Amino acid sequence: MSQTILLPTPLRKHTNGLESIQLSATNVKGAIEELNNRYPGIKDRICEDGDQLRRFINIYVDGEDVRFLNRLETPLKADSEVSIILAIAGG
Amino acid sequence: MGYVTGLRCRECGTRFPKQLRAFCDECFGPLEVDYDYEAIAGALTHDLIQSRPKTLWRYRELLPIDGEPTVGLHTGGTPLVKAGRLGRALGLNQLYIKNDAVNFPTLSFKDRVVAVALSKAREFGLEIVGCASTGNLANSVAANASAAGLTSFVLIPANLEQTKVIGTLVYGTRLIGVNGTYDDVNRLCSEISGRYNWGLVNVNLRHFYGEGSKTFGYEIAEALGWRAPAAIVVPMAGGSLITKSYKGFKELEQLGLLEDDVKTQVFGAQAEGCNPIAAAVKRKSTDLIPVKPNTIAKSLAIGDPADGYFAARTILKTGGWADDATDEEIIEGINLLASTEGIFAETAGGVTVAVTKKLAEQKRLPKDEPVVIAITGNGLKTTEALDLTLFNVIEPKLSAFEELLDERDWREQAAALAS
Repeated sequence: MSQTILLPTPLRKHTNGLESIQLSATNVKGAIEELNNRYPGIKDRICEDGDQLRRFINIYVDGEDVRFLNRLETPLKADSEVSIILAIAGG
Repeated sequence: MGYVTGLRCRECGTRFPKQLRAFCDECFGPLEVDYDYEAIAGALTHDLIQSRPKTLWRYRELLPIDGEPTVGLHTGGTPLVKAGRLGRALGLNQLYIKNDAVNFPTLSFKDRVVAVALSKAREFGLEIVGCASTGNLANSVAANASAAGLTSFVLIPANLEQTKVIGTLVYGTRLIGVNGTYDDVNRLCSEISGRYNWGLVNVNLRHFYGEGSKTFGYEIAEALGWRAPAAIVVPMAGGSLITKSYKGFKELEQLGLLEDDVKTQVFGAQAEGCNPIAAAVKRKSTDLIPVKPNTIAKSLAIGDPADGYFAARTILKTGGWADDATDEEIIEGINLLASTEGIFAETAGGVTVAVTKKLAEQKRLPKDEPVVIAITGNGLKTTEALDLTLFNVIEPKLSAFEELLDERDWREQAAALAS
């Protein structure tokens, strides 16, 4: 089982410039933990106060905003694509 | 010369030099332009402003450009209309309409933000610009980019109103329809900005772009004799215009350019089918829950508004409120505005009028003090929302005309109105 995590530019300095990471996890929270195991400190850039997603970060699983799913508990399929996107544009 | 000292994160306060940048490196929060207000206070006076042409550039010291403006030189300066007939219908004795439905060149308030963003893009030496849009911004970026000799890429939800598509394509832009909602388009543009060094007006030029909306507030205050209104009612999509209009009042106050302190209550209007900000305000919260939009007010159909948090905060801080309108109420709002004031607004204007009616019924708006409602786009852009195609056809004979008058009771109605 391997999922693809797509990272926005500002997080890539934690991943030596890699824009996508392959990893295995059962849900979004697990994916963030696994990401943090490999690149310590990256979780604090995505979450605050423990497991709260930062206000200006959005996460999509297979194109759907996790706020419409089960937030960080959203389960991942074997080949899910998880996009971490900054909430910057609009209007 | 300009008065911008740099950029500041609206969330954590971290400072950055003025540059093409989409977010704060520390917390990913949105950025705001910082000015040397002391220097502006020494330079900007009522006389200086009033000596300049009636465009948004008459407030140029408060706009984030360093040199002469080069795009949208005729934008802004739209009328503030005393709306006596609509006011009587709503029970508001000092109602005004700020009418950006006649803004130049593309008939919406977006011409303001684009004038600033593209003037700034040229200062940065950018040759390719673009945007994510629900329609009005698409029109404005396409038109202004062509006039400025810039190449533009415009991304929209593929199901946008036909008139807004035509009003974009005509300028020769590279228009791309995306299968999905505006929020999907937005997300794609966020990713594009990470890969291409283009000037996306509401992504990496956003902090400059948003400043253009302040001129909506400056113009209202100037037209009211350098006073902020008691209340404003503003439609909300991304939530930027409502916060920036209020910022405009506060800046004029800070610079000593207003006769009184700002006591404006800020009210927000959304469609019931896309009301994440209004719903948060009704919960007295600034935490937004995104929604999947389903409304005829497509220009307001942003389910995850980037400035929603700031909009809700401004509304709650000023003692305002927010409400929403059904599709049916939106149409009624368009018709009410048109039939009382002769102003044809797009669906967003219908939302604003319908919500103003609700707020007036809830007695939330001051009856005898200036209330300004924001009409932000032209009705000719969203005609497909209206089912108005039936009218009487007669032979070119006076007898046929008079038969119709009697048949429809129009003669009695006209006589009654005249008496």
